[in-house]
Amino acid sequence: MTPTHLFQAERITAGYDHRTVIQKVGLAIPSQRISVIIGANGCGKSTLLKTLARLIQPTSGQITLDGKPIRQIPPKPLARVIGLLPQSPIVPEGISVADLVGRGRYPHQSLFSGWTKKDEEAVAEAMRIMDITELANHSIDELSGGQRQRVWIAMALAQQTDILLLDEPTTFLDITYQIEILDLLTDLNRKHGTTIVMVLHDINLSARYADHIFALLKGKLVAEGEPSKVITSALVKEIFGLDCTVIEDPVSGSPMVVPIGRYHRGT
Amino acid sequence: MLVTGLLAALSCVLCCAMLLLGNTVYPVREVIRALSGEPLPGVSFAVNTIRLPRMLAGFFAGFAFGVAGNTFQTMLRNPLANPNVIGITTGSSAAAVFCITILHASGAVISVASVIAGFAAVAFIYFLSRGKSFSVGRLILIGIGMQAMLDAVISYLLLIGAQQDIPAALRWLSGSLNGSQMHELPPLVVTVLIFAPTVILLGKPLSLLELGEHSAATLGVNTDKTRMALILSSVCMIALATATTGPIAFVSFLSGPIAKRLVGAGFPNAIPAGLVGVNLVLAADLVGQFAFEVRFPVGVITGLLGAPYLIYLLIRMNRRGE
Repeated sequence: MTPTHLFQAERITAGYDHRTVIQKVGLAIPSQRISVIIGANGCGKSTLLKTLARLIQPTSGQITLDGKPIRQIPPKPLARVIGLLPQSPIVPEGISVADLVGRGRYPHQSLFSGWTKKDEEAVAEAMRIMDITELANHSIDELSGGQRQRVWIAMALAQQTDILLLDEPTTFLDITYQIEILDLLTDLNRKHGTTIVMVLHDINLSARYADHIFALLKGKLVAEGEPSKVITSALVKEIFGLDCTVIEDPVSGSPMVVPIGRYHRGT
Repeated sequence: MLVTGLLAALSCVLCCAMLLLGNTVYPVREVIRALSGEPLPGVSFAVNTIRLPRMLAGFFAGFAFGVAGNTFQTMLRNPLANPNVIGITTGSSAAAVFCITILHASGAVISVASVIAGFAAVAFIYFLSRGKSFSVGRLILIGIGMQAMLDAVISYLLLIGAQQDIPAALRWLSGSLNGSQMHELPPLVVTVLIFAPTVILLGKPLSLLELGEHSAATLGVNTDKTRMALILSSVCMIALATATTGPIAFVSFLSGPIAKRLVGAGFPNAIPAGLVGVNLVLAADLVGQFAFEVRFPVGVITGLLGAPYLIYLLIRMNRRGE
């Protein structure tokens, strides 16, 4: 099992240029659990995740890892603990699956060290978990969206971090692949104790897969906790402005949001 | 590995050919004796004073152009984003022509001025193309515009320049190994020996920068520092090579993509690209010297190779709607 970490945002305010997107958000990421950040478009979900991943410097407040501000941790040691799957990663032309996954080993290598047996094993393991071993020598260009996403996650796995951040890992995927990816991430969490923090669009999938929900509204944290406590029709109304009924998901027992539209008011 | 070895072997063959071939072909043994310092009438002068500096200038300039061009192309993920197309070389050229025609300077002054102008061009292009968010497309367009402007400056300098300076400026502009002299080489050689290894060592972080800013940063690359080190090293090499041999057309543009084709995508490309640069320059110089009745400077031959490739890339970019 991976070690536990105290990973916290302390009253962070952050944004782009002069536009503040998130305001005074304070939270502690539950170690070895799956957390999902939910909220409407433009509420600052991705900004929060990017700030946690040190891609955005907060204008006030700080992110700390085990009590130490992450700004003070050098990039490579930090990259051995916290990994991120960006929303739309860039694929260089023509490179192979194994090559891309291998690049995840960078934080474990020094400038002069070659490719070690440990690197080899980590890459093989990551590809096995993501079930892409047979694709190892294929070029990324040839793969489908779902396969590509598994390759990117495998790269993040090869990085062998204790904490993995994912920015909408299921966007643009068919429902089958969405479930597949979320199941694989859950495996990772259950078997290895990897702390997972992700932004998801689908509130029902969030409720089903999350151990802990962070709900954002206009850059502020308005609710957090177990899905069964947090996801209520009042909260959905508040953060999405949507009237709905919340029922129990017949498969998972988690809360399930059933929207009410102007044409379907129910009985 | 195999490909790199073959490229290195080919470079050696071309280097030997540069030493052996000329107006008079001397026996190999005499060439070796002349190189080892034995005074042989005729041979010593031809080999040590003319052919050796020419070969070394071609070798180091070719390597510098190849490595630096490849770095820009990889870092910006676009084969068009290279020092030739985006105006860095033209910046150095304009400064050198200014030194020749207005200041009547030579040697060290030209080197220093072209290095400074190279950096100024990079800073200027980078500054203009920053905008709200960095875009490679914008950088390339601004670079092309800047190149056009600097070309106009060069034409103007040539028009107002004194009659006796024009041939020197023109010979320099077409990129030529003619008249390379031993004492002019140390700045280029030292620069390449320092900065080429720097770029080669930064190959791994460079391959991550290729995945985009965010991926590189989360994998533990210090993106700002790495990019700065790569740009500084590349511009130094380009500027010094340009100052020594003139802008040998398209070598920095062709080397990276050719090397990538040869070694395959995803493998470290700096050394192969440098070697492809060496081979291009030396082979083109040999062709320019001996293939036609008239002797052409090396830049004319590489220009003939590079121009069609540039057009091909522009058409492909246009089709993809980038």
